[in-house]
Amino acid sequence: MSEYEPIKKVSLVCSKGGLDEVYPSLIMANGARMEGIEASIFFTFFGLNAIVKKTHKNLKVATVGNAALNMAMPMLKMPITMPFPTLLGAIPGVSNFATWLMKNEMEKLDVPPVDEFLEMCEAAGVEMYACKMTVDMFKLSMDDFVPQVKGIMTVGEFYEKSAGAQIIFT
Amino acid sequence: MTTKEIAGVTIELDENGFMADHKAWTKEIAAVFAKEEGIDELTDRHFIVIEFMRKEFEENGTGPSIRKLNKQSGVSTKELYDLFPGGPAKKAALIAGIPKPQGCV
Repeated sequence: MSEYEPIKKVSLVCSKGGLDEVYPSLIMANGARMEGIEASIFFTFFGLNAIVKKTHKNLKVATVGNAALNMAMPMLKMPITMPFPTLLGAIPGVSNFATWLMKNEMEKLDVPPVDEFLEMCEAAGVEMYACKMTVDMFKLSMDDFVPQVKGIMTVGEFYEKSAGAQIIFT
Repeated sequence: MTTKEIAGVTIELDENGFMADHKAWTKEIAAVFAKEEGIDELTDRHFIVIEFMRKEFEENGTGPSIRKLNKQSGVSTKELYDLFPGGPAKKAALIAGIPKPQGCV
């Protein structure tokens, strides 16, 4: 047994909207609930991509300027040390292919697609909010978001809501 | 490995406090573990989850993910959280007499 107090509450900030950038927040929020820890996610900037009705089912893995894409090479039966050339990543369809590959691997691990994951998180009691400033910047409103989003919040409200929580930025 | 007197029998626990031998499990043991976790009475719905978890463990050597449990046992995620408040995967595994779940989802 640990000598430290168990974590009781986490607040995740999801600021990026690629498939591989959204999954960590969802997995950590859901994982927190599985441990009986209170969890909320605050979606901001491009992270909003994960909760916009028209886009959340089509998140992508970036194949241009992704310096760590060599990590995915073993999925193509190539060594993990082999870099993925950015120029190749720019060819139409390559990002879609990388995305498909990753979704496939996630499915094997029983990780649900983003839309189903958002439903699962909500059912598990994860509270999800959109950031007011970026919602305004992207000219969005509540109608644009999936129904699992509870509301739009300012940074101040986010901090209020996060009282007593560990804040995790992704 | 520690042992514990429970429902009139001595059972072995692993380093996480979960049952070391799932075959030694009985409904009486489940009821005692449940009480310790704040669940006063195990209902038929609890047992759907418990039996699914035990079956899954016997077949695959590990408990199911919440998603699998949800899709195959017919118990929704929300209901699962209501049945086993404060950490469904771990609590259900403990009560079902199988080891702590290994998955992250």
